[in-house]
Amino acid sequence: MSNEMTITFESRSSNEAFARSSVAAFIAQLDPTVGELNDIRTAVSEAVTNCVVHAYKDTIGKITINVRLTDNNSAIIKIKDKGCGIEDIEKAMEPLYTTAPEEERAGLGFAVMQSFSDDVRVRSTPGKGTSITLTKKLRLRVANV
Amino acid sequence: MIPKTKLDGNELTVYLSGDIDHHTARKIREVTDALIQEKKPSRLFLNFAAVNFMDSSGIGLIMGRYRMMLLFGGSVRVVSIPENLRRIMELSGLGGLNVLERSGELSESVK
Repeated sequence: MSNEMTITFESRSSNEAFARSSVAAFIAQLDPTVGELNDIRTAVSEAVTNCVVHAYKDTIGKITINVRLTDNNSAIIKIKDKGCGIEDIEKAMEPLYTTAPEEERAGLGFAVMQSFSDDVRVRSTPGKGTSITLTKKLRLRVANV
Repeated sequence: MIPKTKLDGNELTVYLSGDIDHHTARKIREVTDALIQEKKPSRLFLNFAAVNFMDSSGIGLIMGRYRMMLLFGGSVRVVSIPENLRRIMELSGLGGLNVLERSGELSESVK
């Protein structure tokens, strides 16, 4: 059964926990394993932190997360901002590359998203914003008869 | 979250708990760094036993303390790592710095 939800919230660091918990709570209806839910929480946390730290660096803006559950048991999670955008996506995705060392960012945000989900897509326009689409396939469980 | 800490001779242990993300890492960093600067321990133990969740902010936190302790001529050991955090810790390359307690290793901080 397909299903969908959207939340919008301000880019405050205190909302990072709210964002990952909300996405996990919605996806819980697919009966994921504890490990799958932890993977989703981790990937979403990275994407939202990027919005807080980079997209809206010296300002507060809106972050929108849309989650779509598909008939084949996948969760498609889109995290969008209207912040500064990314000049060089390839560079931004390089492990250990960071533009915020003073915040002690490890430069692993995209590496973690890639490792903890099945597919990561990035679309960005400098000055307009960024959208990250994470796809997580949940393994099919045998239905109880 | 304000972490609990314990100073035993020249060994400082910081007990982390709950979720470690970009938001909570800031406070942990402040408390830990103030203590390192004040007490100048030779060993810093970061105890993760009560940590439920961590993203790459936790890696930044460990790396930052690793560099700071090096500066003071000391070392860092990450101990009591929950199984569900092993993957993100190992993805970070922290394993190569010999700061992570191995799975099944008797915790050095338990005395």
